[in-house]
Amino acid sequence: MSVYDQIAEAQASAIGEIENTGDLDSLKAIEPVLFGKKSALSGLKRLMGDVDVEERADVGQALNEAQQTVREAHAAAKEKFELSSRKAQLESERLDLTESLQTNSRGHLHLVTQTMERLEDVFVGMGFTVSEGPQAETDWYNFEALNLPAAHPARSMFDTLYLDLGERTEIGDGEGGEATNILLRTHTSPVQVRVMESIAPPIYTVCPGRVFRRDTADASHMPVFHQIEGLVVDRGISLSDLAGTLNEFTAAYFGGAISSRLRPSYFPFTEPSAEFDITCVICEGDGCQTCQRTGWIELGGCGMVHPNVLANCGVDSEEWTGFAFGFGIDRLALMRYGIKDLRDMYTNDVRFLGQF
Amino acid sequence: MKVLLSWLREFAPIEGDPHELADHMSDLGMAVEETRVLDSLEGLVVARVGDLRPHPKADRIQLVDVETGDGERLQVCCGAFNMSVGDLIPFATIGTVMPDGMEISQRKMRGEMSNGMCCSAAELGLGSDQDGIMILPDDLETGVSLMEQLGLVGDVLWDLEINPNRPDAMSVAGVARDLAARLGVPFEIPEWTVASTGSEEGLARIEIADGDLCPRFTGRVITGVTVGTSPLWMQMRLTLLGMRPINSVVDVSNYVMLELGTPNHTYDLSLLANGHIGVRRAANGESITTLDDQERTLLADDGLIVNDGDEPIGIAGVMGGASTEISATTDSVLLELASWEPESIARTSQRLGLRSEASARFERGTDWRINAIAVQRFCHLLNEISPDGIEVVGAVLDVAGTTPDILSVPVRTSRISMLLGREFSSEEIRELLTPIGFGIEATDSEDVQLVTIPSFRPDTQTETDIAEEVARHFGYGKLGATVPRSPDAGHLSPQQKLRRVVRQVMTGAGLTEAMPNPFLAPDEIAKAGLATKEPVRLLNPLAVEESVLRPSLLPGLLAAVAYNYSHRNTGVKLFETGAVFEPSEDSSALPLENEHLAALLSNADAFAATALLKDLASALKLEFELTNADSLGGLHPTRGALISIGDTEVGSVGEVDPAVLGKYEIEHRCAWLDLRLDLVIEAAISVEGTAYQPVSTFPSSDVDLAFVVAEGVQASQIEMTLRNAAGEELQSLHLFDVFRSEQMDEGVRSLAFSLRLQAKDRTMTDDEVGAVRQRCIDAVESSHSATLRA
Repeated sequence: MSVYDQIAEAQASAIGEIENTGDLDSLKAIEPVLFGKKSALSGLKRLMGDVDVEERADVGQALNEAQQTVREAHAAAKEKFELSSRKAQLESERLDLTESLQTNSRGHLHLVTQTMERLEDVFVGMGFTVSEGPQAETDWYNFEALNLPAAHPARSMFDTLYLDLGERTEIGDGEGGEATNILLRTHTSPVQVRVMESIAPPIYTVCPGRVFRRDTADASHMPVFHQIEGLVVDRGISLSDLAGTLNEFTAAYFGGAISSRLRPSYFPFTEPSAEFDITCVICEGDGCQTCQRTGWIELGGCGMVHPNVLANCGVDSEEWTGFAFGFGIDRLALMRYGIKDLRDMYTNDVRFLGQF
Repeated sequence: MKVLLSWLREFAPIEGDPHELADHMSDLGMAVEETRVLDSLEGLVVARVGDLRPHPKADRIQLVDVETGDGERLQVCCGAFNMSVGDLIPFATIGTVMPDGMEISQRKMRGEMSNGMCCSAAELGLGSDQDGIMILPDDLETGVSLMEQLGLVGDVLWDLEINPNRPDAMSVAGVARDLAARLGVPFEIPEWTVASTGSEEGLARIEIADGDLCPRFTGRVITGVTVGTSPLWMQMRLTLLGMRPINSVVDVSNYVMLELGTPNHTYDLSLLANGHIGVRRAANGESITTLDDQERTLLADDGLIVNDGDEPIGIAGVMGGASTEISATTDSVLLELASWEPESIARTSQRLGLRSEASARFERGTDWRINAIAVQRFCHLLNEISPDGIEVVGAVLDVAGTTPDILSVPVRTSRISMLLGREFSSEEIRELLTPIGFGIEATDSEDVQLVTIPSFRPDTQTETDIAEEVARHFGYGKLGATVPRSPDAGHLSPQQKLRRVVRQVMTGAGLTEAMPNPFLAPDEIAKAGLATKEPVRLLNPLAVEESVLRPSLLPGLLAAVAYNYSHRNTGVKLFETGAVFEPSEDSSALPLENEHLAALLSNADAFAATALLKDLASALKLEFELTNADSLGGLHPTRGALISIGDTEVGSVGEVDPAVLGKYEIEHRCAWLDLRLDLVIEAAISVEGTAYQPVSTFPSSDVDLAFVVAEGVQASQIEMTLRNAAGEELQSLHLFDVFRSEQMDEGVRSLAFSLRLQAKDRTMTDDEVGAVRQRCIDAVESSHSATLRA
């Protein structure tokens, strides 16, 4: 048999071996026979020394071609087996993704917190900081410093919850160390006083937080609820600045279709004072049941910080002027989702909380 | 305050669309709550009661035959019993549409036909009286439109919300003044004159002992009074403005109060010894029987009106006494038109629970200068409506106490412009203020005008107050809208940002935020298993269930979970961030108020809570240390631990005491985490910005070590020892297996830790790794009762 025949036979034999395999494992098992030192083609390589010098190049080429053919046949078989093996593997892993048993899910922030954060974000965007203060307050911070001395008739506007301090119903933290009652703040305005006492103008801050009134819970009142108030004290601050700031807030929070307006009102801590209304968010000003056909809904109170309040906080009211505004957070949350009863927000029923 | 267009027009020629006028009033700060154009209520006629019979089948309704002038009688079923045969009543015939939109139809009531409706004042929108059918004066014509005969058709009734700083707007005249100024029409209080005879000398005498209490007391003697019925037009105006007609004298009194804002009072002169009236402060404990026949005890702060014998005959500005009350037989009266110190009235009326139309006006401060005019108006009206007239005796008695100063305030045009954000001229300011009664004088300075404040605006005292008046009459909406900018960027504080991170960690771990009531019933603290330390109590709680401020978030969250369990929402995971309260030791300080974070995971064991703590630790880059502790308040006695950061205790973790869960009827285990959020956030801030460690590029080696450790030695103690022993090459360390078995000795368990070692600057050799391993083993075995598990 010529050396070429031997090569052809070895090649045919190797191809035959490959064709006899049925899967990756059997293919791997014959790899030594195909490519190992003891393979037929390797054996023929060792015989190269016996080949005539003139023929060596031709024989070598034939050997290489045979080896190449075997490698290709092996590679093709391997690819085929890998493909079918992967197919089988994947088929065995087939899932019905709706068979999910795991019930892990993200929790939900309370609607009031979500609303509060949304409001904070709008005001931060407008250049405000966020200030906080205690919920149990002195009469001084909640009332007196805000131009509401003890006998002021406007105190009846606030149904105040006082704290029982046992034998000492008063503590010495009032003006000039005088005794004062302790109460649960009826608004977040005491935070404004604390801010003005502690930092020098210019001040641009909002005070969100929990407030308390001696109110029986009903669809629109809770004894514990939440407010956000804003305070700006700077040189040359005017009533027009208040109107502009509230306009900007209204558009940013409610959207461009909603605008705001001021109406004269009265609060002891502001002068001039105003109520601020926004375009009815339900009918966008056309008039509906919610806005009693006026196209407007009352949102909150505001005004220029009363000179007495500035003086009480050690701010020179000739040099600095300011405005303040405030409104309820709970009501905004109700409005946004059309919730009819404020009490629903405080049942802590996860079927309610989980919707927001 | 309600006002009627026809009444306003007696002071100013006010014209215009009722809704536009309402907008003007709202824009002036007198918010219009309702505008009602009175229409004829077609079908509503005057009818005479012809017969009254019991309903054969019903006790609560009777049968009424009404005559509407055409000679025929209509049978009506009626639920009111206050009328008599012959009375004139408002009768809504079939087809009448009532003010509330209801259409009257023929119907059968328990077998009897009803052909219309007899109406109460409230049903017709003519007042608040709904107790019975409105009985009309005799001089009306039956079968003819009632509203036409009352002269009300086309009139407009507005309901205004008046702010406490606007005593002037608590009167028809005051509202007219404000509205007239806005409309640019003249306003005038008519000059009422009344002829008088004789002299008041010896008939009446007024003495003010405490002048600060009573700035002015004006009186007048009237004789020849016949107490009768006031005319229909007066009754209608009173009714529409919310007052009930009583008799001619009381009606005139109320009419003058509504018209001019001046409460007033009449004494039966014959019951007033020597016609003497004195004003003084009450003595503590002094008492008086008031008009409503109640005995009232007074304090030294209260203002008192006394007779010749210094005995109380009235509580100043709040309520008259019974002893001098006018009656049907009264024929001479002493009229009182006094002004009172507002705060004293507020205190007294509030304490006695006697809030009236009069006290509401006195509290805000009435116009002490209009008293004399109001006296004239009273006499003029009473004379006009009394069929035989009256006799006004002598001169006006007018005694001054301490009258308030007439304030003149320098007002800078530049300051007004600055405060309002619009350039005003001095002339504009003058033109805005003059029509509402402010006096303006120029001064040497071009910028400054001297503004004299009218006596009916006691709320207005300063330049800033005057700025509000300028803005009000100019129109808030016509001022500019500018946006001032903070010189600094807006931002949340580091604490506020981290609080948000904490909340995100909680929701990310599947917890939902609850907001339980911060008020507790006193027994809820013990129910939650908390220590009986005295909580902060409310002085005036609405209910005992809400009388204590929470000392912990546990009771509220337990109640929230229990609520969910009772509604079949089991396995809920709730968290809350919020203040808890405890009394301060320091008598000069507010109660302690610390912000906590708490999580209550139902149907979960303590490790669910420690896992949550690990989430927080990872998010805040903090290391929390746990120390197992028995019997923490409210916690499972053997499944609880204190949490600390370094040396600072910051909270507790574990499970809720099963006994507590039983009381709340929660049938599952509940994991609990409670942290002082303020302290945790402060700690997190202190580690913010810590320099980073470059990631080593050299290979790492893992060493697993299992120890048999006595129960009672905390796994965290072994971990700490390993951490210290491993040294700086320790890259990570965690407990990966806990194993208990009967094959092991009693009272021990196996704890398996995995350590990854990696040097920053080299590949660690096997010898080096081996040395670290041995150090770790030696340290654990020598420091704790533990042995390496073979």
